Amino acid sequence: MTATTHPGSTATAHAAGGHAPHAGPTGFLWKYVFSTDHKVIGIQYGLTALVFLLLGYGLMALMRWQLAYPGQPIPVFGELLLRALGPDMADRGIMTPDLYNSFGAMHGTIMVFLAVVPLAFGAFGNYVVPLQIGAPDMAFPKINMASYWCYFAGGVVMLVSFFIPGGAAKSGWTSYSPLATVADLAHRFDGQTFWLMGMVLLITSSLLGSVNFIATIIQLRAKGMGWLRLPFFVWAQFVTAFLLLLAFPPLEAAGIMQLMDNLLGTSFFLPTGLVVSGRPLDVSGGGSPLLWQHLFWFLGHPEVYVLILPAMGIVAEVLANNTRKPLFGYKSLVYSALAIGFLSFIVWAHHMYLTGMGTKISTFFQTTTMMISIPSVIILTALFISLWGGSIRFNTPMLFALAFLPMFGIGGLTGLPLGFSATDIQLHDTYYVIGHFHYVVAPGTIFALFAGIYYWFPKATGRMMNEYWGRVHFVLSFIFMNLVFLPMFVQGLEGMSRRRDDGGATYAAGEGVYGLSLALKLNVGISHAAWLLGVAQVPFMINLFWSLWRGPKVVSDNPWQATTLEWATPTPPPHGNFTHRPVVYRGPYDYSLPGSPTDYAPQNLPA
Amino acid sequence: MDIPHTVEARPDTGLYNAKVGIWLFLASEVMLFGALFSSYILLRVGAEAWPHGLLSVPIGTFNTVVLITSSITVVLAWASLKLGDLSRFKLYQGCTVLLALTFVAVKSFEYRDKFTHYYVRLQDGTELNGHLAGNPLNWTAANLADTNRVGASITFHPDAAGGEGEGAHGGHAEPIELTAANVAKLESWGPWRSTYLAIYFTLTGLHALHVIGGALVIAYLWGPGSRMWRSDPERFTNRVEVCGLFWHFVDLVWIFLFPVLYLL
Amino acid sequence: MSEHHAHEIRQATRKYIYVFLALLLGTVITVVAAYVPFGSRSLNVAVALLIASAKAFLVAGFFMHLISEKKLIYGLLGATGFFFAGLMFLIVWSNADQFLSIFR
Ligand code: HEM
Ligand SMILES: [Cu+2]
Repeated sequence: MTATTHPGSTATAHAAGGHAPHAGPTGFLWKYVFSTDHKVIGIQYGLTALVFLLLGYGLMALMRWQLAYPGQPIPVFGELLLRALGPDMADRGIMTPDLYNSFGAMHGTIMVFLAVVPLAFGAFGNYVVPLQIGAPDMAFPKINMASYWCYFAGGVVMLVSFFIPGGAAKSGWTSYSPLATVADLAHRFDGQTFWLMGMVLLITSSLLGSVNFIATIIQLRAKGMGWLRLPFFVWAQFVTAFLLLLAFPPLEAAGIMQLMDNLLGTSFFLPTGLVVSGRPLDVSGGGSPLLWQHLFWFLGHPEVYVLILPAMGIVAEVLANNTRKPLFGYKSLVYSALAIGFLSFIVWAHHMYLTGMGTKISTFFQTTTMMISIPSVIILTALFISLWGGSIRFNTPMLFALAFLPMFGIGGLTGLPLGFSATDIQLHDTYYVIGHFHYVVAPGTIFALFAGIYYWFPKATGRMMNEYWGRVHFVLSFIFMNLVFLPMFVQGLEGMSRRRDDGGATYAAGEGVYGLSLALKLNVGISHAAWLLGVAQVPFMINLFWSLWRGPKVVSDNPWQATTLEWATPTPPPHGNFTHRPVVYRGPYDYSLPGSPTDYAPQNLPA
Repeated sequence: MDIPHTVEARPDTGLYNAKVGIWLFLASEVMLFGALFSSYILLRVGAEAWPHGLLSVPIGTFNTVVLITSSITVVLAWASLKLGDLSRFKLYQGCTVLLALTFVAVKSFEYRDKFTHYYVRLQDGTELNGHLAGNPLNWTAANLADTNRVGASITFHPDAAGGEGEGAHGGHAEPIELTAANVAKLESWGPWRSTYLAIYFTLTGLHALHVIGGALVIAYLWGPGSRMWRSDPERFTNRVEVCGLFWHFVDLVWIFLFPVLYLL
Repeated sequence: MSEHHAHEIRQATRKYIYVFLALLLGTVITVVAAYVPFGSRSLNVAVALLIASAKAFLVAGFFMHLISEKKLIYGLLGATGFFFAGLMFLIVWSNADQFLSIFR
């Protein structure tokens, strides 16, 4: 920036063949709100997603009261819910079953589509990918902006749906038909309709984003940045973008069809002879409920890799940086990511073993499911081995990255019994499933996202986050995450079903039901741990904002002594990112090269 | 720094950015229409009976020809630009827009036809298909009860015997007077009528939206957008190429929709 | 604009016209074939889809220049085609019990 303000230096810059950074847009609105700069968009995505993360947690914190103390009014918040949503939803401050269903469905939806994916893909992808490949911006900056605003609009639609008559969608984040269509026949524009409209916006946002990411990675890599010199994070985002690009459209198609079922009375997913509340539904019938499940899970399964791959990418970057040695088996990491991307399109019906698909097709999906676990295990193993013999720096990003490894390990391994059609009969739709996938997305992905925030914060803001409070945040989060999710495996094995607004109390009281007594006791403990998990985030929130203004300023553009290109920019990077077009001379993780004066060799350091 | 390869191709891929972008987008479109085609198959094999001959083949054929013609005008428009001839480009691209409008007009005429064709079930259980006097759009039994609008009854002309649309000519049955009292159910042949009509409206409706969207972009490049020809002819030609690729894709989808929905 | 280049374009234009005529012909054949009884409805379906595929090949190959595209785009479309096929085939397979009644 200084170069352009001083006429003399501008001339010299041109004479020297350097590129003066573009004068960015001026005016608050164009600079921070309707910006086309990938870094601003990344931060917009990040902040919005963090708000949704908090909201998704908040819904669950309220639900956990109902699970621990069924039928008792929620302290303090019960009164608020009653005022905001009325007695239909929160009579005398007690969470009604309808409200529980709404909050459950919206917790899943918000966490997946509005919090974690936007944070992992929208925020980190947008901010870091162009920097790491040495590009001045995304290939299509205006489309990038449109992507954010579609996401924003989708979020608003979802939020508004809480306050419409009948409340938000109640049929789970999976919105199975026909339940989703008949759940609220009293209202034409019901929560489900809003959910579908919101999803169409979110899908559009993802499509715009993924086209942009792929085009950027293919077309805008700096000179010398060959495919096998890309940081693993970029590879992870590349595969993720492909998953979003090709797996989301079928859900969009399904969403349109369900919208028509809801609004126009078509029967795409409504079978012949459907009876609701004792009366036959007046529709043409002939539809297929299983069709919805197929189209939903065609997205739904790749979506879990959308949740985990960017997290693996972040962890790989942080591990390499803090072990000060190259990642073990970079190529096998890359090929595994590609294999995951490929296979994840043909495993989806392992969510449907109990629909009576037939044994042959179950066997097919069981086989592909076992196959896809191989590349996942390779990645995890390679990351573990990368620790071997490193002189590890235990800073906050590294602690979160290290914790990711066993947490994701637990999440992944507990998935295997769910992947076998025989064992899944017992485990399907129990809290075992809830425990399994939360280990992947909560202590797994969310820890990786925290690692990423602590790691890239200095680049984005020019200030460091506080180490001490970072560690406090880590230790408390680690303890409570496990206290929340580990007991769920026990509950599930005892037979406790998910999506029960009383935590299974009514069921347990039934005749001839044994077990579950432990599960019901555990509910109370889990709930307290979940609330304390929320408290554990307070140090993080304070740290984030306090460091923004008060954190120690970075003394170098590369405070972690890292090798990848994002650290070769000024801090924070200006519009256009690099002062010179970077040229890449080496692979992404040249740490501790024998005979080198420093223990790291940045990618743009001539060989 | 400017974003590289907005105009000139990147050496190792041989492509400029927008071309990569549009192919990625088309890939996702393949999955979108692919999912709907899969749904079509599933609904069809699961159906108790699949109606045939509900749509007019001559009209469908006409629209097919219209779209194919618009595809050739798009590609000729692009070739004209390659030869440096802006006025030829405008001529061809103008034709494209007109053809697109023709397609949409014909399509909406077909839609209208469906929304003025009725199914009625009388209180005595008789089921009939036919037309209402004056061809009102998309009525239900509720409209019959609404006496302010037409008085107490409306004349219904049943189709010829032979059932759903097949051979709708020949001797018509006697007209009937419909009233709120003798009608149990009245609905037009909209998407709610059967899964066939549901998937027909969804596929063609989504396709029509693509036609309209594509036509808007082409019209823009024909009109105000063509100013870029003077400042940056290569980039303009690229834009025309990219939007042409989209247009051909829309044509390609129709090539499948036509036999699948009209003929089979 | 070199002479050579212009010549190429003119040649291509002629090719486009032939493709256009072939597409019109294809349309006529599709319609006619739909009214010829081949013995079973499935056969008619197969023929119609075959003709449609041929027409699609012409549009994609010549109008969209896929006949001579870059490797990258082939790769992308190959993957997309595979996933589309997987989606369609596996969904249909998982409903195989309804197959006996296929295409009534
Ligand atoms: C961090 C704190 C979290 C807690 C305490 C928590 C807790 C829970 C619980 C107890 C359920 C089961 C509710 C029921 O079946 O009645 C649930 C469901 C779910 N959660 Fe979470 N969760 C958390 C974070 C997340 C995250 C980060 C994600 C996703 C990225 C997520 C995604 C989901 C989904 C998809 C469901 C299924 C909703 C449904 O049944 O439709 N959760 N969560
Ligand atoms: Cu899965």
